[in-house]
Amino acid sequence: MKKLLIATALVALTAGAGLAQTVRMGTEGAYPPYNFINDKGEVDGFERELGDTLCAKAGLTCEWVTNDWDSIIPNLQSGNYDTIIAGMSITDERDKVIDFTQNYIPPAASAYMALTADAKIGDGAVVAAQIGTIQAGYVAESGATLLEFATPDESVAAVKNGEADAVFADKDYLAPIAAESGGALVMLPNDVPLGGGVGMGLRESDTELKATFDAAIQSMKDDGSLNVMIKKWFGEDATTF
Amino acid sequence: MFAYCADPKSLEGLAWLACYLTTGKHMGLYWSFGTVLLLLAITAPVALAFGFVGAMAARSPFLPARIIGKGYTAMVRGVPDIVFFLFFVIALDQGIEWLNHQIRCPDWTEPIRQGLEFRVCPQAKVPLGSSPQYVHQLYGFGLAVMTFSLVFGAFAANVLYGAMQAVPRAQLETAEAYGMNHAQVFRRILVPQMWVYALPGLSNLWMILIKATPLLFLLGVQDIVYWARELGGAKTSAYEYPHPDWRLYYFLFLLVFYLGFTKLSEIVLDRLTARLSRGQATAAGEAMRKAGA
Repeated sequence: MKKLLIATALVALTAGAGLAQTVRMGTEGAYPPYNFINDKGEVDGFERELGDTLCAKAGLTCEWVTNDWDSIIPNLQSGNYDTIIAGMSITDERDKVIDFTQNYIPPAASAYMALTADAKIGDGAVVAAQIGTIQAGYVAESGATLLEFATPDESVAAVKNGEADAVFADKDYLAPIAAESGGALVMLPNDVPLGGGVGMGLRESDTELKATFDAAIQSMKDDGSLNVMIKKWFGEDATTF
Repeated sequence: MFAYCADPKSLEGLAWLACYLTTGKHMGLYWSFGTVLLLLAITAPVALAFGFVGAMAARSPFLPARIIGKGYTAMVRGVPDIVFFLFFVIALDQGIEWLNHQIRCPDWTEPIRQGLEFRVCPQAKVPLGSSPQYVHQLYGFGLAVMTFSLVFGAFAANVLYGAMQAVPRAQLETAEAYGMNHAQVFRRILVPQMWVYALPGLSNLWMILIKATPLLFLLGVQDIVYWARELGGAKTSAYEYPHPDWRLYYFLFLLVFYLGFTKLSEIVLDRLTARLSRGQATAAGEAMRKAGA
């Protein structure tokens, strides 16, 4: 038994030779510019750059993993990865089952996008949103009929093919799509502030890792590098800290 | 891939398409075809072996073996595939980690289940959290093969059980009259003759197995359906190759792939049926004998 313990201790020591603990970062990979799979097949986007910077600051080795949005919280809990860094807004409901670091994106507006500027969004309208998002929860309570999709891309496609009157999502996600649609899609003017900003999700038992990332995010807020990164990915008009 | 792909924004027409179809992401799609074929190549024989053992157990004169064999087929056949896929993989994964935890961390005091969390000591994680991503993928693939084999093995067991019962009793009696013992009759007479009765059922299973491969995505393996959806979705200029919603074309391609693959299987299975019917005491074997005479 003692030998076994020594052996495991040795393995643990040699594994940590670079003094680096491996942290598996779970993301969705389908929500540009937050996170997406680039043409090389790697995870890319604001959260990739942010995550890599945070890991470098905290001296951690980070490995990127993609997971369906639907099951992203259960898979964190069962230990398939150690963090969720996937544009996840901090809400009370989620905070009951997982922990969040302090936010790395300030509370930002959600917005509607539709084919025409006079599209209906209230009673009697059909509004698309991604399943399990705060936007889907908001639409369900707004009186409109909610149409849920597994990926954000599919919720946009539903507006294009007329299945839904409008799509409701983070403004930062929709704005580039509307801008590049050549006038086919327009943003509606009524923005809705939702959630407590975007933070990293962690298991409730991982208090140490949470403190590490909290400190790293704080240092990026203090030296202003986080604001620079937000502007780089979300444009000059983006809300910063 | 090609040197001129360095600046995709300046490309047009065929050159753009050539570069687009050779991006790292598309390589992922092409590889996933290999993943699916490999899964089929491993799962089919393993499932057949499971089925064979299951059928033998179900026919066994020994009661506990019979209970296990019949219980296995009844349980798997009675539970919807998708439920089994979701439940079994999680149960198997956590079961392995729990066992590993008991062996490696006997001194661990914290509870493993903390609310919704499943938390074993870091040394007991399978695979280890520090292992590279390909190990995780390999492990996921292994779990997928295991699950597919168990599910399809149960169906195969039932098919083989029926086929074994279908071999004419007279054939076995003749063998016994020649003085063969139970094992010899089984090996020399029953098994060679049962295949022709099993083949229609087994070929059905093979077709269903091919069509079930998209369930791989449920198990976290990035299969062709995952990549088709990912690649086909509309892309803004955050990507190097922006394009509108192309999922229709990608899924059309998958449709052709699956249809072609099942057609090819049908041809092979038809030939196999013809080969196995030769000299058999079945209608097909009889027709063959008459045509030859």
